[in-house]
Amino acid sequence: MGIVKTKNLVFEYIRRDEEGNVEGITRAVDEVNLDIKQGDFVAILGHNGSGKSTLAKHINAILYPTEGTVWVDGKDTSKDENLWDVRQEAGMVFQNPDNQIIGQVVEEDVGFGPENLGVPTKEIWERVKESLKAVGMYEFRKHSPNKLSGGQKQRVSIAGVIAMHPKCIVLDEPTAMLDPNGRKEVIRAVRALNDVEGITIILITHYMEEIIHANKVFVMDKGKIAMEGTPREIFSQVERLKSLRLDVPQVTLLAHELRKSGLAIPEGILTCEELVKALGLKQ
Amino acid sequence: MSIILDHVNHIYEAGTAMEFAALKDINLVIPDGQFIGLIGHTGSGKSTLVQHLNGLLAPTSGNIYYNGADIHDSDYNKKELRSKVGLVFQYPEHQLFEIDVFTDVCFGPKNLGLDKKETELRAYAALKQVGLEDEYFYQSPFDLSGGQKRRVAIAGVLAMKPEVLILDEPTAGLDPKGRDEILDQIAKLREETGMTVILVSHSMEDVAKYVDRIIVMNRGQIMFDNEPREVFRHYKELEQVGLAAPQVTYIMQSLRANGMNVDTDITTIEEAKTEILKALKG
Amino acid sequence: MLRDITLGQYYQTDSVIHRLDPRVKLVTTVCYIISLFIVDNFIGYIIAGLFLALVIKLSRVPIKFMVRGMKSIAFLLIIAVTFNLFLTPGEVLVSFWKLQITKEGVRFASFMAIRLVFLIMGSSVMTLTTTPNNLTDGIEKLLGPLKLLRVPVHEIAMMMSIALRFIPILLEETDKIMKAQIARGADFESGNLIKKAKSLVPLLVPLFISAFRRANDLAMAMEARCYRGGEHRTKMKPLIYKKRDGAAYGIVVCYLVLCVAVGRILL
Repeated sequence: MGIVKTKNLVFEYIRRDEEGNVEGITRAVDEVNLDIKQGDFVAILGHNGSGKSTLAKHINAILYPTEGTVWVDGKDTSKDENLWDVRQEAGMVFQNPDNQIIGQVVEEDVGFGPENLGVPTKEIWERVKESLKAVGMYEFRKHSPNKLSGGQKQRVSIAGVIAMHPKCIVLDEPTAMLDPNGRKEVIRAVRALNDVEGITIILITHYMEEIIHANKVFVMDKGKIAMEGTPREIFSQVERLKSLRLDVPQVTLLAHELRKSGLAIPEGILTCEELVKALGLKQ
Repeated sequence: MSIILDHVNHIYEAGTAMEFAALKDINLVIPDGQFIGLIGHTGSGKSTLVQHLNGLLAPTSGNIYYNGADIHDSDYNKKELRSKVGLVFQYPEHQLFEIDVFTDVCFGPKNLGLDKKETELRAYAALKQVGLEDEYFYQSPFDLSGGQKRRVAIAGVLAMKPEVLILDEPTAGLDPKGRDEILDQIAKLREETGMTVILVSHSMEDVAKYVDRIIVMNRGQIMFDNEPREVFRHYKELEQVGLAAPQVTYIMQSLRANGMNVDTDITTIEEAKTEILKALKG
Repeated sequence: MLRDITLGQYYQTDSVIHRLDPRVKLVTTVCYIISLFIVDNFIGYIIAGLFLALVIKLSRVPIKFMVRGMKSIAFLLIIAVTFNLFLTPGEVLVSFWKLQITKEGVRFASFMAIRLVFLIMGSSVMTLTTTPNNLTDGIEKLLGPLKLLRVPVHEIAMMMSIALRFIPILLEETDKIMKAQIARGADFESGNLIKKAKSLVPLLVPLFISAFRRANDLAMAMEARCYRGGEHRTKMKPLIYKKRDGAAYGIVVCYLVLCVAVGRILL
C-alpha cells in the first residue's frame, strides 16, 4: 500500500436554507480512488469547485469521508486513535499565506508544529534550523512574518510542516495568491524537498506550468477523477483539458495548433527544445 | 480628455527611517480609449500608481490632471473624479456587503446622488455588461462562485459609468477558464463602450493578447512604455528585473536561433502559428 | 505600509533588562506601581525616581522613547494636576477670582503628577524591553497556578498572541476595503453621527466576513499542525529563571522594603 490511498472516497455536504432546512446534498468528492507511492510528486489539477481542495483535506484528516476510506501510511484517517499520527505524517500547506502563520517571529512559527507534538526543546531548535534551511529561509528566522513577501511566507509555512517530519506534504493551491516570482520560489522549494529529502508531494494547483515535473497528474472535475497520467499524457489532450476549464502551456498549445494545421508534430510537447526538434530543426 | 501625470513622486513614511519612494518622477499621458497593460512585480509601484489616478493617494510632489484640471486643486470634485476613473481593487469580491447582488451594484450610483430609477437602470446595465444572468440578481453575493462574485464587483464600479476603468489583477486566484472569461469580457466591454481600460497584471501572457500599450514598472519608475511587441523585444532586460516576455516570444527566439526564418516580434499563439506556417512554406 | 507598525512599541537592543525573564519584569512593574502608592513623601519619591532612572539607564533605551509614551497621557495629567491643585481644601497659599491654591493642593498635585509620570515610564520600560510574545509567555506562566481553578490560561495566552499577529493584517485590510469603497463613491467623513455610523456598514460587513474567514482558515491550519490545546505541548522557548533573574528579584524586594520603611515607618 502506498503512502496515501483512497478507496471509493465520497464526501457529501448538506446545503441548508436560512431556517436550517435541508435544501439538497452536494457531492464534492465522488468515488475517488488514489494510490500514491512514497517519494512521488503528484499534481492534482482542476478548476475552481472541482472538488480538489475537499479531497486534499481528507488526506490530513481535516475532513472525514462520507463513504469509502482514506489511509495515510496504512492508517485509516477516520479512526480517532490515528488522528494525530495522520496529521503529523501528512502535512498540509494552504492557499492564503497570511492565514496559516501563527507565530509572530518566523522561527517561532516553524516551531509551532513540533511544540504541539511534544518534541523536546533542544530538538525543536534543531528541527527549526534544518527546516528553514531546506526552504532557504534560515536567514529570515528572526523576522516578523508580516514583513515577508508572499513567496517567502509560503516557504515559511512549508518549513513549519517539514519541522513535523512528515512523510507526505499536501499543498492546497499554495501559489494561487502569489506573483510569478513567488510562484517560482515556492515550486522550487517543493521540488527540492521531493528530490533531496524524498518527501512525497501532493500539489494542488491550476497553474499548468507547475505540474510539468510531476510523476503523475490527476485532473478532477465534478468531484471525480476525470483524467490521470504523466504530464505528457495529460497535455496531449488539449481539447479535453479546455473542456475541463483548464489550459496548457503556450508551447504545448502552439504545437497542438500547428498539428491541427497539418504539420507532423506529436501531441504533448512540453518544452521549447522539444518543439524545435519536432519541427526538424538542428539543435 | 485624458489623464496626465507630471513629475509625480510618492514617498511613504517620508522623514522617517522607513522612508520608501514608491513612485519616482512619473510622467505619463493616458489618452482616451486606450487599452493599457500595467505590469510589474509586487512592490514595483504599480498599485501605488493606479491609486493616484483616481485621487485615493496624493503625490508627495508633482501634478495629476484629468481632462485638463488638476485633481488636487482645492475646489476639484474628487467624488466625481472617482466615478469617472473607476478603480476595481484586487480580490474585489471581498468588498461585497449588501444583501443581494443587485443592491450591491446600486451602491456606487446611489453614492453619486442619482435617483432610484437611474440607479437601478445603471445597475441593471452594468450587470448585463459583465455577463451576469438575471437569475443571480436577487441572490446573496456571498453565495456566488468566485468568478461570479468578481463580475458583480466589477459591475459595482461600471454602474458609476466611468470613462476610465482600472482593474488591479482582475484574474488573481481564478482558474484558467475563469481567467480567460473575465479578460474576454473586459475586452468585449471595451469594444462596446470605447472606454479607457488599464489592466494591472503580473502576467505578460494575459495582457499580450489584449492590450495595445504596455507600461512596465520597476522600482517606482517606468521601465518601458510602448506597444507589446516593442516591449517584449527587451525580454532580456525584463528578465533582469524578474519579469519575462510571454513564452511564445521565447519559442520564436529559439526557432530563429535554430535556423528557422521567422519574425521574433510575436506576442500571441495565433501570430506564432501563422508565422511558422509561412516560414515552413516559403 | 500599515503592516510596519509595531505593537507594544518594543525597542530592539541588547541589555541586562532586555535579557531578564519576562516574569521578573511583570512582577517588578506591579511591585513598582504598588510602591508608588505606598510612599507619600518626597524622600520616598526620590528613591522611586532613582530606582526608575537606574533601570532606564540599564535598559539602554533612549529616554525619548519613554517621553513619547507620556504624550498620550499629557491630557490626563493636566486634568489630574489641575483638579488636585485647585480643589484640595487646606491652608490657602494663593487665591484669585473664585479659585484658590492650598498648600495641601500643591502637595497632592505634585504627588499625583510624579506618580502618574513614574507609573507610565515604569510600564514603558517593561513594554520597550520585552517583545509582545515574551510578555504573553510571561503572563501565561505567571498565571499558571490559575489552571487549578480551571481558568484556561494557555488559551488566553494563545488568543493574545494570535490577536497581536492579526491586528496589523486586519488594519491593512481595513485600509484596503475603505479605499475600495471610496472608489465606489462611499463617504466616511461627512454627515452627522447617525449618517457616519451608517456609512461604516460597507466597511464593517466585508471586514467581519474577512476576519471570520481568516479565523476559520487559521483554526484549520492550527489543527492541521496537530494543535490540541496546552496539554502535551513542549516549548521552543521555555521560560527558565537564570541567576540574574534571582538577583533582580532580590533587588526588587530590597527596594520594596526601603519604600515601606521610608514611606510609612520613618515619617
